[in-house]
Amino acid sequence: MLLTGAEIVVRCLAEEKVEYVFGYPGGAVLYLYDELFKQDAVRHVLVRHEQAALHAADAYSRSTDRVGVALVTSGPGVTNAITGIATAYMDSIPMVIISGQVPTAAIGQDAFQECDTVGITRPCVKHNFLVKDAKDIASTIKKAFYIAKTGRPGPVLVDIPKDITIAKAEYEYPKSVTMRSYNPIIKGHQGQIKKAVQLLLEAKRPMIYAGGGVILSDCSEQLTKLVRTLGAPCTNTLMGLGAYPATDKQFVGMLGMHGNYEANMAMQYCDVLIAVGARFDDRVIGNPADFARIARKIIHIDIDPSSISKRVKVDVPIVGNLPDVLDDILRLLDGSADRPDPEALGEWWKQIEEWRRRDCLKYKQSDEIIKPQFVIEKLWEVTKGDAFVTSDVGQHQMWAAQYYKFDKPRRWLNSGGLGTMGVGIPYGIGVQLAHPGSPVAVVTGEGSVQMNIQELSTCKQYRIPLKICSLNNRYLGMVRQWQEIIHGNRYSESYMDSLPDFPKLAEAYGHIGMRIEKPGDVEGALREAFKRKNDLVFLDFQVDQTENVYPMVMGGKGLTDMILSSEDL
Amino acid sequence: MRHVISVLIENEAGALSRVSGLFSARGYNIESLTVAPTEDVSLSRMTIISTGSDDIIEQITKQLNKLIEVVKVVDLSEAAHVERELMLIKVRATGKDREELKRVADIFRGRIIDVTDSTYVIELTGNTSKLDSFVGAIDASLILETVRTGVCGIGRGDRILRL
Ligand SMILES: Cc1cc2nc3c(=O)[nH]c(=O)nc-3n(C[C@H](O)[C@H](O)[C@H](O)COP(=O)(O)OP(=O)(O)OC[C@H]3O[C@@H](n4cnc5c(N)ncnc54)[C@H](O)[C@@H]3O)c2cc1C
Ligand SMILES: Cc1ncc(C[n+]2csc(CCOP(=O)(O)OP(=O)(O)O)c2C)c(N)n1
Ligand SMILES: [Mg+2]
Repeated sequence: MLLTGAEIVVRCLAEEKVEYVFGYPGGAVLYLYDELFKQDAVRHVLVRHEQAALHAADAYSRSTDRVGVALVTSGPGVTNAITGIATAYMDSIPMVIISGQVPTAAIGQDAFQECDTVGITRPCVKHNFLVKDAKDIASTIKKAFYIAKTGRPGPVLVDIPKDITIAKAEYEYPKSVTMRSYNPIIKGHQGQIKKAVQLLLEAKRPMIYAGGGVILSDCSEQLTKLVRTLGAPCTNTLMGLGAYPATDKQFVGMLGMHGNYEANMAMQYCDVLIAVGARFDDRVIGNPADFARIARKIIHIDIDPSSISKRVKVDVPIVGNLPDVLDDILRLLDGSADRPDPEALGEWWKQIEEWRRRDCLKYKQSDEIIKPQFVIEKLWEVTKGDAFVTSDVGQHQMWAAQYYKFDKPRRWLNSGGLGTMGVGIPYGIGVQLAHPGSPVAVVTGEGSVQMNIQELSTCKQYRIPLKICSLNNRYLGMVRQWQEIIHGNRYSESYMDSLPDFPKLAEAYGHIGMRIEKPGDVEGALREAFKRKNDLVFLDFQVDQTENVYPMVMGGKGLTDMILSSEDL
Repeated sequence: MRHVISVLIENEAGALSRVSGLFSARGYNIESLTVAPTEDVSLSRMTIISTGSDDIIEQITKQLNKLIEVVKVVDLSEAAHVERELMLIKVRATGKDREELKRVADIFRGRIIDVTDSTYVIELTGNTSKLDSFVGAIDASLILETVRTGVCGIGRGDRILRL
């Protein structure tokens, strides 16, 4: 069948069962938009800024097990999208981005709205392609989806010059892909897996450290079974929250820079550590030399060999797909009568309970002023712990991670690796479209929310009833916190002056706005907001300006060197 | 430690920039990089000379393997291998220097491939240190220009890098 390039692109997306494309039109993609117009298999969501298109597609993917798709025009369309691409890349999110390019003959001529898209995106994509012939479109898009989703997932960009969208070619969507240069490993090495099981069974102080890989590969169930079988404590990274149920007693909380006291202590003092889809990030283990100070055996399962022994030397590396490797481990454990020494395990738990009694997340409640932590606790209560929660970046992000107890995977969406302010609302859009009818809360700050505030307009157009909980502290709070602790209270440019009247702003976009100033009004406002199932409600919580996030491990410090409250300063 | 890394990579536009971009983005050393198609023109072979601790070299090979277009990566310096580099060097050759330069070139098994009244172009192949010694052996003030290809390497005997 002879079709135009633009027709082929849209057919391919339909073939991949793409439900939504998030994008923004322009000259180089006019033919693509014309084809989108003529069909209704693939729906397009018009954002107000390309960055938001990428974030929304990214969130669609994070909250499902699908590949998110974005479409942008050449030049400024692409440059606006870069932050969104890099955000997805850092958190290994599978996405396909289609970008328009100037006509083939104009490439390299400094043509209108030309930029070297393949060059400019290279460092922040898993792979990218420039299509030079309409007959290659179908196979390239097929490869793009395959590469995005398999192995360590990531964004893949397909750059299509305008003339290629007009040219005709024979269309047939390939059924499968084989690439001699790309064959992700699935099964783990059986010898290594046996060694790992042996170590786990001999452990006296076992510890399970699970990360975003568990969420990405949908193996929370296997992880949970492993934790229960071993009777060991489990911690999740910021990216792994929800991988293991937070309300379970074997969960010791998030670890790392703002992790729980008991999680960081257990991480440091365990004798066998198994890392499951987590990459020993610098915000997680603190100073690597200090971490290595105490001898422990480390097992590390990851599909990406380069994640292993990058920052921390490990004893038993297992390269493989998590669900497959965990299945193998569970099978060996099921087939064995051995279990970790109950007496030693009992001692270990006694120690952990002692650490837990420090109650590191306690904070001083107030009747006068709203504590930001309190808002999150109430949000958890009001939504019965069952909402999708997206977050921006800053103190509010850490409080959301600490106080909202995620029991299920893919419920918590935030930018961990790049730490991109402005993801909150666009993430909400992507999640809500993927889960119509489910409650979606956006936890944000007055700084971050202004980085993509224009998306309130998109929310209006597509009736996206987000509940935006802004913890308004009139500060770039996370910056202010560091300035307070290490820069002698010199608050250089971290104060937010001339803030808009957020409730009014929300109203101007056609939504509902509320300002909440008293602790006693927090719960009521949240209940009222979530009752309004079809409305977007912007809740502007005026919170304590001076509150800091604790515990905190300062940069360069060891994991156990935690500041637990302002009294430790 | 100095390492000789051989890479088989799809012979596609942009593949080279993915490799060089990887080295600059991650701050890895790169002393030289050579690339050309193999007997199978759909594949290119690169030889990269890099220095770094074992940990860094391990990351380099892992990161190279991660590039979608890379088919195979081998650290040749892990076992017996041979390395060669080609140098063309233009020298001022007048008076008694003409004889002396020819003599030194012969000792190093170089060939004079271009001659004028006042210059020679000498072609020399060998490993890096041989080329360095040659440059050291002639009077520096006579050297007009040098151009080197960078090292290419191959495993000895049964060590074969192919699909
Ligand atoms: C303000 C701020 C503060 C932060 N503080 C903290 C903190 O206190 N604690 C914290 O934990 N983080 C914190 N972070 C986040 C931190 O920067 C990292 O993003 C995060 O720790 C990385 O999580 P992860 O190790 O789970 O890895 P991810 O980035 O989620 O990576 C997933 C890993 O799983 C692997 N994987 C993927 N798929 C599979 C598969 N199918 N099979 C096997 N393996 C797979 C990948 O190769 C990768 O190595 C903070 C971020 C910000 C912005
Ligand atoms: C795009 C971007 N620019 C700058 C930063 C650095 N940064 C991290 S947190 C933060 C402050 C965020 O302020 P706000 O959204 O009000 O949240 P708060 O910390 O006050 O809760 C800044 C500026 C960033 N993460 N992202
Ligand atoms: Mg703030």
